[in-house]
Amino acid sequence: MDMNWKKSSENKPVGVIGIGSFGTAISNLLAEKNNVLVYARDEAVVKAINETHMVKNRKLAESIRATTDPEMICDSCDVMFPMIPSAAFREVMIRFAPFLHPYHFLIHGTKGLSLSLPEGKDLGNIKKIRRKNISTMSEVILEETVVERIGCLAGPNLAKELLENQPGATVIASRYNEVIREGQRLLRSDNFQVYGNSDIVGVELSGVLKNIIAIASGALSGLGLGDNAKGLLISRGMVELVYLGKAMGGSTQSFLGLAGVGDLVTTCNSTLSRNFTLGYRLAKGEKLTDIVADMEEVAEGVNTVKLINLFLESTDLRAPIAENLHKVLFEDLKVENALQNLMKIPIYTDIDFFD
Amino acid sequence: MTDDYIKHQYEPILPKKDEWPVVKLSKSRKAFIQQVVTSSVRNIKGLTGNQLQAIKEGLEVTLFRERMRIKQNSWAVDPEDEEEFWAEVKASLLAMDADQQLDDQKKKAKYFEVLTRITSRYAEEIASNFKHSHYKLTRRLVSFGFSRLLNTSRVKGFKSIFSNQYRLQDKIQIIGETDQIRDLASKGTIVMVPTHFSNLDSILIGWTISTLGLPPFIYGAGLNLFNIGIFAYFMNALGAYKVDRRKKNQIYLETLKTYSREAIQFGCHSLFFPGGTRSRSGNIESKVKLGLLSTAIEAQRSNYQKGNDENGKVFIVPVTINYHFVLEAPSLIKEHLDYTGQERYYSESDEFSTSYKISKFLVKFFTKGSDISVSIGKAMDILGNYVDSEGNSRDAHGRSIDCKDYFMLDGKVNVDLQREEEYSKKLGTRIVEEFHKINRVFSSHIVAFTAFRLLKKENNKLDLFSLLRLPEEDLYLPYDTFKGACSRVLERIKQLREEGAVHMAPHLNTDLEQIIQHGLQNVGMYHAKRPLRKNDEGNIVTEDISLLYYYHNRLDGYELEKII
Repeated sequence: MDMNWKKSSENKPVGVIGIGSFGTAISNLLAEKNNVLVYARDEAVVKAINETHMVKNRKLAESIRATTDPEMICDSCDVMFPMIPSAAFREVMIRFAPFLHPYHFLIHGTKGLSLSLPEGKDLGNIKKIRRKNISTMSEVILEETVVERIGCLAGPNLAKELLENQPGATVIASRYNEVIREGQRLLRSDNFQVYGNSDIVGVELSGVLKNIIAIASGALSGLGLGDNAKGLLISRGMVELVYLGKAMGGSTQSFLGLAGVGDLVTTCNSTLSRNFTLGYRLAKGEKLTDIVADMEEVAEGVNTVKLINLFLESTDLRAPIAENLHKVLFEDLKVENALQNLMKIPIYTDIDFFD
Repeated sequence: MTDDYIKHQYEPILPKKDEWPVVKLSKSRKAFIQQVVTSSVRNIKGLTGNQLQAIKEGLEVTLFRERMRIKQNSWAVDPEDEEEFWAEVKASLLAMDADQQLDDQKKKAKYFEVLTRITSRYAEEIASNFKHSHYKLTRRLVSFGFSRLLNTSRVKGFKSIFSNQYRLQDKIQIIGETDQIRDLASKGTIVMVPTHFSNLDSILIGWTISTLGLPPFIYGAGLNLFNIGIFAYFMNALGAYKVDRRKKNQIYLETLKTYSREAIQFGCHSLFFPGGTRSRSGNIESKVKLGLLSTAIEAQRSNYQKGNDENGKVFIVPVTINYHFVLEAPSLIKEHLDYTGQERYYSESDEFSTSYKISKFLVKFFTKGSDISVSIGKAMDILGNYVDSEGNSRDAHGRSIDCKDYFMLDGKVNVDLQREEEYSKKLGTRIVEEFHKINRVFSSHIVAFTAFRLLKKENNKLDLFSLLRLPEEDLYLPYDTFKGACSRVLERIKQLREEGAVHMAPHLNTDLEQIIQHGLQNVGMYHAKRPLRKNDEGNIVTEDISLLYYYHNRLDGYELEKII
């Protein structure tokens, strides 16, 4: 590997932590204009990247290098993009923490939630959780590291389409303008538009909560229902998303942006989406455990539904889609019956979240 | 930190007064003011983008507001020549408008000349007037006067006036991280941020600082306090600079912030009341003003920019002042309710309006048994990380953090005001968190909180304002109900103490009956109408429910209402 990277501050490489499908797509986008250094835990993966420029049948740009050493990547890069599933996110941040400094920028692309319970408690012995027990990924970074300048990537970014270099866009959300600027500088290209938003928690929640609706949308398709039903689901799902998101600290505006409605519409219509696929297969009668077992990467929506339902227990909020989906996923309710439940709910106001 | 107070004599950390930053500052007062002026003008230049039109507008708005202020709201402390000065400014601006000969470049230069004149005047007005001889005298007066009064009242008998049995430190207890603040005062610059409930706070903090052997801190005091002769003397002696809340124009605010920032960079330990003014509602500050706080962050960055890494670190030290009794409570809570209830404009009224009233209060305070405690919190860096005794920032896992890294971009310290604004918000949040942790619960807080919550629960159909309008004669609580609820609150507070979420005064370690009695005796004890007492039938009653609400608010924010 070219060790001069470490020395010159002019051309420091950009780090990517985790090399799943989205991590691969972002690495390739970044590699158009920058040196890219990838961190992966698995020696074999790192070797494959450095020697054959491939990760799990996906092609990586030839300039991209990889390492298994957290210290080395932290020393070499000022800006890093963690692209790790939410279940492993905290653990990876703990591993990186000793090597991270306040001058680092971290821009993550994980659309999930992390649970932080008091000692001695776990999902098995707890009935409800409060907002302070749920962390978005930026909150995990704040909890576990000294990095302050944090951003998140969100929006309709189906990895497969990005890898094919189709036109697309993303939102970089951060409380710090300098992080947004840096993200735009690194990612912007003729085929890729980058928007900025200062409401990072709102943008993170958009990406997280839309997965619930995506599963439901897949289920409707699985039942063979048509576009009226989907239109109904998406718009009611939107309302639910706004209410939940506001209760958890996001602002309404963010849910109406690219990361909110943009991502929602995309995922609810796409067979490329893992969450959508999971819903689809559920409706076809497959068991959740079987579906999860043979998916290559996690569908974040499943964990989100679980956490959101526990959170609802501690509030006066109702979120009918999430509640019924929870019953389908974990209490053996049939998709058809869940749909009937939803159709019986006596809500007659279309939009009331602007009041 | 323990709950017990620390009573010992602290040696001054800088015995020679010439070493005190505040003395150094006052010696180079003229040069310092000049520096503040230059720096403010440069900042305003930056803020207006050096655009002719923006500078002109800024000057015109300031002129207009100042003339309005002079007309509508003038104070005794205002200088004689104010009207004249602003008339001259007006004349200069008009002359420039009329002059067709000037090109933009020359115009700009003239505007800056006027701007410099205004900033100089402001800087001169703001600057503190520290005089060491006054400081010494004041310190003696305060300590001597206070302890005489104290001993007269507590030790009975003829010789009491000469007794030294009780010292001021028994009356005003200082607890918490006293050694750390002393250590850090010689390693960097301290910015102390106390809660603010009473006008007495400034004097109390001044006494605390000198008792701890620290050199005097400078702080911004409301200009209105300088209206009163005796206060003006004390304030000047304690190193106060003047903050005029009537002046809201950009030029003034910029000069004020620059003064504060330059003083911190100079190495002067400073004191901000981050809530801005006294807490009207009796709540511990839940939001802080970011204006002055941001000057601490800017000063820190500026020190790093200049390469002053050695002694240039800024330490933030939260402090809470805990009372059984706040003299101004009745009018503070009235203002608060007027304001929140009807959105009505309120004007600041001053209970400390005459020297006579102050003296009367001091006699009352020292001759009756109402204790005050001052809790010194753990020192933090400008992002709210705790620092160790060496002044190194530590993360939650004890790893050392280089604070400079917070200001780095591409390997260099750079200026990014938006970033620093976010840092100020973060620091503000951390200060509020620390306030709640180091807050010290008194018996009187518990009884006031419990009684008000019980009354609220009994009338749960009423909103706050309707509840506060109920006639006090109709409100009473059976003693047993009250006692039961007090017991639950006390237990919960003990639990919170275990979790490190709050502190408790040692008098809470007796039995419940005694605690309640102590609380009832002390809560708002000098008010004409007592917020809480036990009547002849043995019921708990209030004579002023708004006051009860005020004292109850002290324990707001700990989710204690859930257990009542």
